[in-house]
This record gives sequence, structure tokens and C-alpha cells, in this order.
Amino acid sequence: MNEERSYIPETAYASYALAWALLLALLILTIAVAKLSLLAAYSVIGSLFIATIKAGLVLMYFMHLGHEGRVVKGMLLLAVAALFFIIALTFSDVWYR
Amino acid sequence: MAINSDSESVVRPAEKGGVDYAGKKIGMWLFLFTELLFFGGMFLLYSVYRAQYPAEFHAGAQEENLLLGSINTTVLLTSSFTIALAIAAIRRGDRALSMYMQSLTILFGICFLIIKYFEWAAKISMGIYPDSQLLLNMGKGDILFFSLYFVMTGIHGIHVLIGAVAISIMLVYTWRGSINRNSFVRLENTGLYWHFVDIVWIYLFPLFYLVT
Repeated sequence: MNEERSYIPETAYASYALAWALLLALLILTIAVAKLSLLAAYSVIGSLFIATIKAGLVLMYFMHLGHEGRVVKGMLLLAVAALFFIIALTFSDVWYR
Repeated sequence: MAINSDSESVVRPAEKGGVDYAGKKIGMWLFLFTELLFFGGMFLLYSVYRAQYPAEFHAGAQEENLLLGSINTTVLLTSSFTIALAIAAIRRGDRALSMYMQSLTILFGICFLIIKYFEWAAKISMGIYPDSQLLLNMGKGDILFFSLYFVMTGIHGIHVLIGAVAISIMLVYTWRGSINRNSFVRLENTGLYWHFVDIVWIYLFPLFYLVT
């Protein structure tokens, strides 16, 4: 009676373990890059770039974004684009005062 | 289009005992996007003030305890792994493993909050907390850095607490059997929330502990 039809395929435990290992490796990488000042002037961009890869891994492996429909993907794009423009427009105001 | 791939589950009315799986998932994602913009406002404040007071934000980040921050990041990443395993386990009909993984996730969440407590306590004992005399005597940039630290990690901590409570409720449902291999969308949606809270921390960690 209460059966749900999930469109998300069953995932192997090993696939989650791989994502977890990659996330921890990226955590070590981001600490190393910051502590050894490998990127110096680009430390903000570098850290945020690694963080975005980590967020992408969580979205694709753990949240199964790839198996969601166009509605969810479109909403995500809209939300991220809105955030991007809010930040970009605010910066264009603050920097050129 | 995946949400229409199983039209029966989409149109079957709930009162007939059907469960609108796609609708429930979309509802959760929609909620997460409002959460994204909610946290986005604070990230906007952080980035604008960081651009205005780079030296103060640099000095502030040096005050943070990198070891505790790194441990907490590991704890939260691992908790995302365990809640994903809990969902995979219930789909295979392994109720015991699912309950074990849900319990572990709750424990990781509590562990995160306890470490956060010690970090906050260390700052407060040094006299650094919102509206403290020590902080008010500092410059604008320092006040902004530590205020944003307390507000952003505080609101994130409340989200961890809410997530842990939600998973506790799911644990009871799983124990009672109302979450089972044929009905698990509530656990999946709770997992989505937990992963979202993890993603927010993935950005908070470098911004407060690493960027110098």
C-alpha cells in the first residue's frame, strides 16, 4: 500500500566509501595548501575552489543530484545564479564607491 | 525527464495510500534552496567585509583553532557518509545496519556540537563574545570578523542540532518499521538536509580557519 517508487538507483556501499575518502583527501589538501602558503595571493580563490569540488562530491555522490529531474537541477541553477548575482552586484557597488 | 519517468507515483492520490515520492523530494530540495539563500546572505556579508578589512580578517583567522576545526570537518564529512549508508542499508532491507548508521550519524552530530562548545567557550573565556568590552575596544574589522564567526557558526550549529533531532525521529520510525525498504523517502529527505548542512560547513571551514 505504502510503496514508494524511487527513481534513484540503489548505490553500492563502496561508492559512498570512495566519495568519503575523496572528501577527506581534499580536506588534507586544502589544509596543506593554506598552511604551506602554496597559493599565497590566490589562497581565497584556491580554498573556495577546493570547497566547491567537495560540495560537488557531496551533491553528486551523497545527494544523487545526477538522478534528479530537470525541475530540481533547474531550481539549483536558479538558486546558485541568484546568489552569484547578489554577491557580484553588491561587490560592484562596494568597490566603486 | 526523471520526475515523469514513473507517472503512476506522481499522479496516484495520497488518500489511496500512494506516496508522491517525486513531490516529496522536490519539496525538500525547494526548502534547501531557501536555506541556501538564507546562508547566502551571511556569506555575502562575510565576503564584502573581508574585502574591506583584509588585515583584520587575516588576524582573526589566526585566532581560530585549526586542529579543532579540522577534526570537526572530518566528523561532519564522516557523518554524511554514515547517513548515506543508513539509506542504502534500509533500501536493501537491512534495518539493523540502517539503525546503527543513523545512531552513528546522531553521535557524530553531537560530537560536532561538543567540539564547537569548547571552541566557543575558549573564545568567551578570553573575553571575545558579541558585545563584550574587549571586542568593542577592538577595531571595526575585528568586531565584524568575530561577530560573523559567532553568528554563522551559531546558526550552522542550530542546523546541526535540528538535523540530529530529525534523524532521531527517523530512527524511531525505522525501529517501528514505518520506514522500511518500501518506504524511505522521509529518511532520504532527512539525509538531504544533513548533507546540505555539511556543504555549508565545507565553505565555513576555509573561510574562518584557513584563509589567511
